[in-house]
Parts: sequence; C-alpha cells; structure tokens
Amino acid sequence: MLIFEHARKGRLNYSQAPAKRAVKRNIPENLLRKSAPLLPEVSEMDTVRYYTRLSQKNFSIDTEFYPLGSCTMKYNPRACNALAMLPQFLARHPLAPEDTGQGFLACMYELQEILKDVTGMEAVSLTSMAGAQGELIGVTMIRAYHEARGDAERTEIIVPDAAHGTNPATAVMCGYKVVEIPTDKEGDVDMAALKAAVGPKTAGLMLTNPSTLGVFEKKVSEMSRIVHEAGGLLYYDGANLNAVLGKVKPGDMGFDVIHMNLHKTFSTPHGGGGPGAAPVGVAKRLLPYLPVPIVAYENGVYRWLTEKDRPQTIGRLSAHMGNAGVLLRAYIYVRLLGSEGMHRISEFATLNANYLMAELRKAGFEIAYPTRRASHEFIVTMKEIKERTGVTAMNLAKRLLDKGFHAPTTYFPILVPECLLIEPAETESKETIDSFVVAMEEILAEIETQPDMVKSAPHQMPLRKLDDVKAARELDIVWKP
Amino acid sequence: MPFIPHTEEDIEAMLASIGAESIDELFDEIPADLRTGTLTRVPPGMSEMEITRLMSERAQEDGFYLNFIGAGAYEHHIPAAVWQITTRGEYYSSYTPYQAEASQGTLQLLYEYQTMMASLTGMDVSNASLYDGASALAEAALMAVRQHRTSRRILIPQTVHPIYRSVVRAIVKNQAIEVVEIPYDQASGQTLPEQLDQYGQEEFAALVIPQPNFFGVLEQVDALTDWAHSKQSLAIAVVNPTALAMLTPPGEWGKQGADIAVGEGQPLGIPLSSGGPYFGFMACKQQLIRQMPGRIIGRTTDLNNQEGFVLTLQAREQHIRRSKATSNICTNQGLMVTAATIYMSLVGPEGLYRIAAQSHENTLSLVEKLEKLPGVEKTFNAPFFHEAVLSLPKPAAQVLDSMKAQGVLGGLRLEEHYPELGNTLLVCVTETKTADDLDKYVELFGQALATNA
Repeated sequence: MLIFEHARKGRLNYSQAPAKRAVKRNIPENLLRKSAPLLPEVSEMDTVRYYTRLSQKNFSIDTEFYPLGSCTMKYNPRACNALAMLPQFLARHPLAPEDTGQGFLACMYELQEILKDVTGMEAVSLTSMAGAQGELIGVTMIRAYHEARGDAERTEIIVPDAAHGTNPATAVMCGYKVVEIPTDKEGDVDMAALKAAVGPKTAGLMLTNPSTLGVFEKKVSEMSRIVHEAGGLLYYDGANLNAVLGKVKPGDMGFDVIHMNLHKTFSTPHGGGGPGAAPVGVAKRLLPYLPVPIVAYENGVYRWLTEKDRPQTIGRLSAHMGNAGVLLRAYIYVRLLGSEGMHRISEFATLNANYLMAELRKAGFEIAYPTRRASHEFIVTMKEIKERTGVTAMNLAKRLLDKGFHAPTTYFPILVPECLLIEPAETESKETIDSFVVAMEEILAEIETQPDMVKSAPHQMPLRKLDDVKAARELDIVWKP
Repeated sequence: MPFIPHTEEDIEAMLASIGAESIDELFDEIPADLRTGTLTRVPPGMSEMEITRLMSERAQEDGFYLNFIGAGAYEHHIPAAVWQITTRGEYYSSYTPYQAEASQGTLQLLYEYQTMMASLTGMDVSNASLYDGASALAEAALMAVRQHRTSRRILIPQTVHPIYRSVVRAIVKNQAIEVVEIPYDQASGQTLPEQLDQYGQEEFAALVIPQPNFFGVLEQVDALTDWAHSKQSLAIAVVNPTALAMLTPPGEWGKQGADIAVGEGQPLGIPLSSGGPYFGFMACKQQLIRQMPGRIIGRTTDLNNQEGFVLTLQAREQHIRRSKATSNICTNQGLMVTAATIYMSLVGPEGLYRIAAQSHENTLSLVEKLEKLPGVEKTFNAPFFHEAVLSLPKPAAQVLDSMKAQGVLGGLRLEEHYPELGNTLLVCVTETKTADDLDKYVELFGQALATNA
C-alpha cells in the first residue's frame, strides 16, 4: 500500500503547520491554484510508521555486507552525521555574511588543504555535487585551457573502454567527440592503441587508476608522457582513489585535473543514490579556471573567493556552495582518521580485496585477471559457468540477496563477460568476508545441483524477480487515485 | 585503528591465504618512483570525543541569527520526524537502488515522490531528482535544445536568480548554446510579455519563466507561456515548491501549460546548512519523458504478480547509453528526496497551503510596516509572494551591518547582481517568523536608518 492509500480527506497534523489559514493576501485570482495538490493526508504516527517499515525493505551498509564494486560501500561513521547536523550548522543561510560562518568556513578551508595533500594537486574547489559533475567541471577546465591558448583544433577526448559511463557522457556534454581505446589481456590500457589515438585533435585523456577492472595501470607515467607530448591534458577519475590513498598521489602520476568522490573514499553516505560530493583538484596550469566559490584564508579571516578574485574561472556549477553538509561529514571523517588513518584505508581495503579474491579462487570461481594484484576490488567472471549451466552473473547476484548479502556490481565493466565486480572495503572484518565466501561456495554448489532454482532467484526477499521490461513498456511512474 | 576491525591474527591469516609477506607487498604493482611518502598537511587523528568538542566549538562560533534572507534558500519549520526517519541507516547508508529486490524501500518512496512532484507542478511526470535548482535549470535548457532540434538559443529573463543564470551559462556554453537575457520592467519587476517580440524574431528553443521571480514578484505566467508556444518553443517553468500550494501550477499556465518545470526542492524539509545538500526537481509533459535526464522509478510486478518498483527508462542514462545519454548525471540527491517525501506526507496539502499563506501574509505585513519608515518604499509595484525588494534611503550594507550586530540578518543586498537597483534589499519572511520577530525587525531597521554612519 502506498502512502496515498493510508490517507483520509481532512486529516491534518496540527502541530506541523500554522494554526489556521492566513487571510491577508495580495495575489491576482488568475495566479491562484484551483485544486489542491495530491499530497497524502496522513497522521504523524502513521507517516512515521509507514516510512520506518518501508526503510526495512532496503539493504544498506548498516544492515548488510555490501561488496559493490567501484562504489566503496564502507561504514559511514555516525559521528560524521551527528556533528554535521549540529543546529548552528543546519541553520546557517548560504548567503549569510562570511563573518557569521567562520567556524564552518574553517572546516571547509582545512578540508581543501587536506585534499590537496592527499592528491598532490595545487588547488581544490569543493563546489561539485557528484562525481559526474566533477567530471563536467574537469573537462570544462580542459576546454577552457585549450581555448585560452587559441588551440581550437582539439576536439577529442580519449576514454578507455573500461571507464564509467559518466566519462564518455561528460565528454559529449562538454562538446567533445569520444575516442574509445581498448584494454589489453592483462587489464591495462592498450598502449599501441593509445599512441595511435593521440594527435593534434586530442584535448585530453580521462583515466581511472586503479581502473574499474581492479588493477593499477602500471604504465601510467608513460601514458601521461604520450598525452602531454601530444598537447593533451590528463583527467583522473577518482572513483577508485580509496585503493591508493596515501600510497600514490594523482599529482605525482602526472594528472592535470582530478575529482574525488567523497561519498566513496571519504565515507559520506550514499543515501540511496546521493547526495555525493566530488571536489576537484588541479595542477598549476589549470589553476585560473577552477570553479568558484573557493575558500581563502587571509589575515586571520576565511572568505569565499568569487568571480572577482578569479576572472578566468569557468564559473559556478551550483546555486550556493555545493553540498556543504556532505563536505562537513567528509571533514569530520578525515579528522577522525588523521594522517595515519589515511594510509590505513588503502592498506586494509587492498588486504580485504586480495584476501577475498584468493578465497574465491580457492572456492572455484574464475578471476578475470588472475595474474594481477587486486586493487581494492577485482572481477569474477561467470562466462564458463554460464556457457555450461545457463546461470548468469545476475542470477548469482539475486541468489546472494537471499543469503543476506548485497550483490556485487554486475555487468560492469562491460568488456568482461558475465562479470561480478567485487569491492569489500576496509571496514569489513575477516569473519564477514569469510561468511560471504561460504555463501558464494553454497551458490556454486547450487548451480550444479539446482540451476533452475538459482536462475529464478531471489526466493527469500519480500518480492521475487521484478519485471523490468514491463516497467518500461507499460510505463507507470506516477500514481493515479 | 579507527573503523578497521582487523586483529594481528586476522592480518596474518589473510596474508597467508594471499601468499604475501606483508600488506606493503600488495602494492608492488605501483612503480616505486610513484610511491608516496608522508602526508604533511593532514593532522593526526582525533577521538570521537575530541572531534565532538572541536565541531561544537566551531558551531558555537557561528551561532544563531534571526534570518530574513531568502534568495533561493528558505527557512521553514522541519518536523522532527523528517530527519529522524531519513537518517535511519536503511535510507542513509544504502546505494542507488540498482538491485531492485533489495531496495524496495527507497524505490517505493521515490515513486511516491515522483507522484507528489508531478501533482504539485501540475505536470505528467517527474524524475527522482537532480543536484539543485540551478543545475536542474541547466538540464532543462539542454533538454529543450534536444527536443527543438533546430535552435540552440535559450531566452532567460533577468528576473531569474542571477546564480542560476551563471550556472546555466557555465554548463550549456560547452555545447555552443546561446543564452539570451531579457531585461525586466523597472516599474513592476516583471518580464513583460508585450516587450518580448524583439527576442522572438529569431528562432529559440525555450523561454524560461520564473514564478515567483528572484525579486519575489509574480510574473504574468499565462501570457509568457502562450507567447513561447506561439513561437513553437518550449516554456520552462522555474518554481518554488512551497508557493505551488497557493499558486497556479506550471502545468496549467496559459492555454497548454508549461512543458518542463524545475526548481529548488530545499524548502520541502531540507535545512539551510550553508547551501547544501539540497535537491533539484524536474517534472515535464509525457511527450518529453525520453529527453528527461536523471533516474526514474516505475511500478511493475514480480514473478508472482506482486506489485513492486524498479529503475526504468534506463536507456536514457549514462551507465547504459554512455556517450549518447541524455546527461552525464549518475549520483543524484536521493536522501534529500527521502526527507522531502516525508516532509510532504507530514504537512499534507492543507499544511503546505498554510505554510505558503502564512509566509505570504508575514511578508505583506513586514513590507507594510517598513513602508511607513521615511524614505523606504517597495521597489516594484507588482504583487509578490514571500519576498520583496525595498528601496532604502541609505546604503543597504550599512543597514544590514547594523542589524547583524543585533543578531538579525535583514536580507540580501541586490547591488552586486543588479547595480541599476542601487540601495535595495531583498527581504524574505516565512511562516517561521512571529509578530514579535517582525516588530524587532522594524525596530532595528528604523534604528539603522536613523544612525548616521
């Protein structure tokens, strides 16, 4: 039953609204609404009960192991939420004068400094509200850089085929043509293809390192040299920064611009799909184009840098100052962990991933890149199993739900057939990982003995497998009474 | 080790299974010359007790003010239940609902959200959110250009929030889209339909129509919508969701209704929090749905014919279509929409109406009182909703500074964005302000005007 079906006409939560309808009004009749909107009329208790019960139908980090590759589902410390929601922080208006927000701005400034240090970049802007927006900002800056030099012939962005879909989509949004390059058998970017792809039309290369195949691009320095020699710039997609935090800095790898997903590496919550935050860092040559606002600290006072301070900025990407509350959570997280904790993130994320990879290999699963170290994630391919039994990666994913584990990422990256991209994250204990291995072993046995049962999973969830085709064909996206 | 549960024994056993001597060995594929040394600007770690102290001190340093600033972010009462439920781990720490069977809570809630927003805006369909109001407007402009096919020109009145206009320019510029700004009428603060024809001689993809506009003023939305349609262009509404409880929804503007409605969702239960996270909403007519960016939830059935919910029309999105997607957006503002849906359920249609009406009445009352002060007058003569522009006899900065010293944020100075308006102030009053608050405002305002600074 939907919330609307719990409603009764005339029901009102009297403590949540003004005591009566205000009568003073100066609005022309033709601008007034004629019929009330379809909002539910439900008591406060029923609303609380309904949305509490609904929440219980979700898997979440707080309730299940969530080894979703490339998403870094680590524990979101409760302190980060509690302290970011201190009433003074919540009450502060974004356009309130800077001298009424020095405490908040100090946190933002220090976060910028910390992010500069861990990425090895020259400067950081916090404005971006999600990874894809960070990419948009980064590629827009690359474009601004070439344009400022009068270099108008550069019309192409190179993207490896293993990249997130946001990379090519971003390049197109920035007015570029996408040149896709393949991956070699070891999971690295095909260097011959890269050399063939670069040239006078190359505006830049977008790279995720470690890649979404779960391996570190060993030849990253050479890639950087090839692209730079051709006059292009290097973009670092920070989706997998968790794997190398404190071990290697994107700035040292030769990247000119980077975004970092705070909702991955810096443990801000995923919230059922957002909000994220994806600060952007730049090397010196892109400094003038960085989006505003940026926090400056001058003469003992924090203030926002605006278009006046940064005349060459690519401008603003959000109405105010990005997802400030998410930034606060990330700040609290890095202060809790400190410099020693930053190193530990990648160490234990990598330990957990390599351990899980070793255990699943022993259990009989096929690892897509068996000669490589796992970064903080790795890929299992179900190709052979599917050919032999008809059971797909998606079937296995759904069966995992029955066993109380969230599924790994399935069918991404697209280039590995029947793939499961598995990322355990550093906050999971050995016991949890071991219990996941047991579940995977059980499913492997079930595939041999009861393949049809696995194919029709899930069985233990509140709902059986949902019909996606019907959803798209008989589109029902708004409830009608 | 904070948030890392491994014991020494665990580490040894795990390394043995891997066949590695040390954790460091697991990084042996990273070339040695790239390996990082120490982090010099990250301070040492803190305990939860220590960080609690630090953050509490910083919060106290910022303190509380009686706030009369609006300008795109509005202070409203938020029922306690909204954030207590929203921050339940099941909502707070779940991922995008790609695994539908393990995400029915979020999916069902988002379907309800889409229903509420479609009804509030009077449109056929809604997506499950975009980043914020400004970026939602940019996406609407891109959507209009895709739909129109022949024109890459967007008309935006200067009565649209100045930062929204900056954001639109920053985002659409890459795709060689021309943004043409339309000046406002100095007397009414409105975009006058009768003055538009000079901008419509050349083909354009869409006209943006704010309601209320940045000045708080109500635009002649019916005539503006019909004018855009008479030129075979789309009408994009930028609306305040609270105001929609009282005002004609975009779907009913003019003869055919606006085509796309976007706006800032923050007034629906989201705290001001220095600017975010908020959420952008987008609703549109049925025939535009395949051009709409962002996630959409659909109702369907499972193997046993039980009703359930899934992400649908994913062929528009980047994870499927890659370079041919409608937008690069992936992460949206899911948790904010969770809060907004619970907020709308708690206040209901009557509650939202009362909140809107009280905000409107409070603003009318404050403006009436201020107009009685010598030299103070309304800058524009057209009706307004819950914000108004006032012309002052002395620099607005001086008045605001004086009020701030007494704990009141009196409004926003408009000179920076509208130099032609001189000493003007944009003031906003919501239902959160009492009669005493208004009296205090008037008193401090009067004192500020009287002092010779």
